[in-house]
Amino acid sequence: MDLKLMEAAPTAHEAALIQTLAPPAEVDEGRTVRGGRIARSMRHLLLPLLDAVQSEIGWVSQGALNEIARRLAVPPAEVYSVASFYALISTEERPARVAHICDDIACRTAGGSGLFAALADRDDVVESPCLGQCDRRPAVHVQRAGEPDLTITGAGLEQVVAALDDGWEPDADPGDASPQSSGRRVLAGVGRVDPTSLDSYRAEGGYRGLARAVEIGPQGVIEALETSGLKGRGGAAFPTGVKWRAVHDAVSDQKYVICNADESEPGTFKDRVLMEGDPFAIVEALTIAGYSVGATRGFIYLRGEYPRAARLIHDAIRQARAAGLLGPNVMEAGFEFEIELRRGQGAYICGEETALMNSIEGYRGEPRQKPPFPTEAGLFGRPTVINNVETLVNLFDVLEDPHAFAARGTPGSTGTRLFCVSGDVGTPGVYEAELGTTLGEVIEMAGGPTGEIRTVLLGGAAGSFVGPDMLALPLTFEHTRDAGLSLGSGVVMVFDEDRDMADVVRRIARFFRDESCGQCVPCRVGTQRVEEAVARGASGEAALIGELDRAMRDASICGLGHTAASAVQSAIRLGLV
Amino acid sequence: MLGAGGGTSSYEEIETTDLIVLWGSNARATHPIFFHHILKGVRNGARIYCVDPRRSESARWADLWLGIDVGSDIALANAMAKVIIDEGLENRAFIDHATTGFDDFAAAVEPYTLERAAEITGVPGAAIREMAIAYATAATAQLCWTLGITEHHNATDNVLSLINLALLTGHVGRYGSGLVPVRGQNNVQGGGDMGALPNKLPGFQDVENPEHRAKFEAAWQHRIPPTRGWHLTQMFEAMEAGTLRGLYVIGENPAQSEADAGKTRRTLQELDFMVVQDIFLTKTAEMADVVFPAAADWAESEGTVTSSERRVQRVRAALTPPGEAKRDLEILALMARAMGVDLGMPSAEEVWDELRSLSPLHAGMRYDRLEALDGIQWPCPDESHPGEKFLHGRLWSDDVGPPAPFTPVEWAPPVDRLSEEFPIRLTTGRHLDSYNTGVQSNGYRSPMRTGGVLQLCHEDAETHGIEDGVVVRVSSRRGSIEVPALIDDGLRPGLMFMTLHFPDEADVNRLTIEAWDPKSGTAEFKATAIRVEVVS
Repeated sequence: MDLKLMEAAPTAHEAALIQTLAPPAEVDEGRTVRGGRIARSMRHLLLPLLDAVQSEIGWVSQGALNEIARRLAVPPAEVYSVASFYALISTEERPARVAHICDDIACRTAGGSGLFAALADRDDVVESPCLGQCDRRPAVHVQRAGEPDLTITGAGLEQVVAALDDGWEPDADPGDASPQSSGRRVLAGVGRVDPTSLDSYRAEGGYRGLARAVEIGPQGVIEALETSGLKGRGGAAFPTGVKWRAVHDAVSDQKYVICNADESEPGTFKDRVLMEGDPFAIVEALTIAGYSVGATRGFIYLRGEYPRAARLIHDAIRQARAAGLLGPNVMEAGFEFEIELRRGQGAYICGEETALMNSIEGYRGEPRQKPPFPTEAGLFGRPTVINNVETLVNLFDVLEDPHAFAARGTPGSTGTRLFCVSGDVGTPGVYEAELGTTLGEVIEMAGGPTGEIRTVLLGGAAGSFVGPDMLALPLTFEHTRDAGLSLGSGVVMVFDEDRDMADVVRRIARFFRDESCGQCVPCRVGTQRVEEAVARGASGEAALIGELDRAMRDASICGLGHTAASAVQSAIRLGLV
Repeated sequence: MLGAGGGTSSYEEIETTDLIVLWGSNARATHPIFFHHILKGVRNGARIYCVDPRRSESARWADLWLGIDVGSDIALANAMAKVIIDEGLENRAFIDHATTGFDDFAAAVEPYTLERAAEITGVPGAAIREMAIAYATAATAQLCWTLGITEHHNATDNVLSLINLALLTGHVGRYGSGLVPVRGQNNVQGGGDMGALPNKLPGFQDVENPEHRAKFEAAWQHRIPPTRGWHLTQMFEAMEAGTLRGLYVIGENPAQSEADAGKTRRTLQELDFMVVQDIFLTKTAEMADVVFPAAADWAESEGTVTSSERRVQRVRAALTPPGEAKRDLEILALMARAMGVDLGMPSAEEVWDELRSLSPLHAGMRYDRLEALDGIQWPCPDESHPGEKFLHGRLWSDDVGPPAPFTPVEWAPPVDRLSEEFPIRLTTGRHLDSYNTGVQSNGYRSPMRTGGVLQLCHEDAETHGIEDGVVVRVSSRRGSIEVPALIDDGLRPGLMFMTLHFPDEADVNRLTIEAWDPKSGTAEFKATAIRVEVVS
């Protein structure tokens, strides 16, 4: 491309990093130059390159941006627009270690706000939206130049200061995060399997699912999914079998499968528990997906704030490849499949499936207009299956006995569901329950409320607050829908009478203002106006907020805008603010 | 040749084709709107091969760029043809069905081995072979060219060598494949269509064909000279010879746009009488005896323009021309009246309707149809005809009509030879933000504008001790000029570049040679032998 580059040059370190990941875009032989499509096909390396420079150097200089632009044949303005899209990428020089202190709705009431307030005058501390550690709050994510990122849970002020100033690290991994003792199906491997060992995974029955899939063939797998009635666990509850069949039947030179591990919905941490506790299951499940729909390439798109999950998944992929469970002839069953791990860089919107695809392709993580749906034109414009982590891990249960799967739960909501129970309960954590279990029962599984329940946030920040009168609500797709609610990502966050709900609701409004990608005007402006109205006092602004909610629902192209005012609206209805 | 002069394809086909060859065209900079169609094609998966001595802005989009020596195009095309024939990749069915002269052509390209072509073009044989096979095996392919092909002393032969390739592979006359000479202005195509050619009446009807002439004479109630006129280069020769003494120039600036500008200006000064009709007071207009201030054709006049895809489109007047400026049509009618013929004061539509009655290509293009269909591509023989997306479909039909002839052509080097005294090849061209001699564009500021400079690669700069921005003297066998140097890594040792945009500060046509193609009348702007010295 005839790029108009800037003059800034990369440092030798930056240039070396970029060169390692991205070979020269063009082959110049004097009187001929080979480039064009080959050069432009490198764009998907944009985010990994930014990540590499950010991780090693601690920020991305103009010289590095320029060099990345040159290498990938992407205009520098676009490189900058992508770099500046993500919260974890800094285009300005800053300290080598930076702490992102979670002050989101779960952490802020458990020390997160205080932690940030105590450190706010430091130039290496920033506030962060939910870090997915709501069961061991407050949480801090530390970006460290040249060293692996760090998660501090149950963080204290001294620890954060020591981590920033002296490179302090917690002694051990926090370990299995599901306190549940029985009834685990999707969670079966968590706590039982050594997440660092393929042998351990296989000893516990790992890769029997893939063997079974190969035995019954792609049609057999898809029929089992259809029989099971499994619906997507990411929030949209779309029938998984329908999705897979569409991609299986599509004719294309290339197809893709993606595991959506960009778990960012405030209050959600179930996928982290699965990835940290049973990483091989995700690799195996995605392999089954690829085999079943005829895709040879899979991506796991993991949120950047999960360094431990990243390490484990990365290692799981490596071990699987070494054992012939990924590669040109998987399990010697005659099919090819490869998985690439891609790290998000701090953008809630990238959990939206088409935004996630744009992010992998090296564009800003802005959702696409649908249709066409990903099953038709997904990643790189090819038919694509994209499933949430939890959905994929359900596969093993489905393959074992699809009829038994269908018999669990209710006819409209089969199987079990992971619930992320946090807030004012005895034992926060991820709990697995058959769909149809009531809200009150799920809270009881987590040790029950620690005080008088004032409200429960159901489904996440994009969900709704419900009052204690809803504790008898069976948690199914259909019951929640009929009540005007949503299971969302399985968030059950309990607030007792002492909590400052006006503050919580305001944090939710701020979250959406921060995370709106800005593509659709109603959402870009609407989230801002909602936050202002909430700051003035939501109850007095109910009419305005209602109008903004309608505009965002009608005229935004993705779920973020559609649900941005949902929790605020429910809080007003319940008289919480 | 295939007949009427026009691109055979639609822009739509550029967007859906499998392979685009840009040959002697820097469309990215010189035809930016056309290049948007190419970009859509690229997005849809088309591969680009670019043939250009410079690694131009367009070449930087190519999957493979072939940096040939200036003026070696025929050697490249003939070598490609030989590869295609040797590999058995020619479209035998099409050749048998729709062409003549294949055997002679095959014999003529036989000596153009890859080794010989590599020696002449400077491009490795493997790259030539790759491009030949890619072109021959593509399901659909568009061969696009502009002045890199036509501004040579053997322009017509250059074009014929490309047409031969299309005939050889069947990449013409069907949807997605075609030959596309991209036009330099929004209405160059329309000018030719309307008969602004020395040998053509409107609709490409031959002035030397008595039947065609009779039709126009009957309609115009006036005798038409039975022989072709002069093209521009011949006019200048006639002026020099003293046989042409008066000139009526409409919308041209020959004082600055012609090769060997010093000589051109002297020639114009010696005329008995010159009228210039233009929207600007150009350098040519400054030399005129009479100047007619004209209205702009865009926004101030009614009428039509015709794009490179042969699409006739309406233009409409939105403004009243300023001051004493009059619309071209009105000026011509007043001129006719002053010369004793009353044409009345016809509207643009009335003139158009007369054209439709005389040109079968345009017969069906009523103004209301042009509007309703967003323009119509000729030929459009009747009022129910939707126009043609591509030309020469007949070659693939049972009713093939006159077959398309292969025309063997031989490579000949540029006229202005390199020598010890003039060892560097200068080629000329254009930049994105300027237009021709700058009459219409130099009044506007642009952050990208270089001004008149000599562009050269850093190796040559080192060899000659030239630093960026330093003023150098550029000399050819005809003259010399002084301009600042600009380092440009799209060039290579021995090849330098100038634009024609800034004749006042860098009068490049003082350097260029007047050698011209006897068939088309275009001058060899693309190949000048120069030497360069730093001005101390």
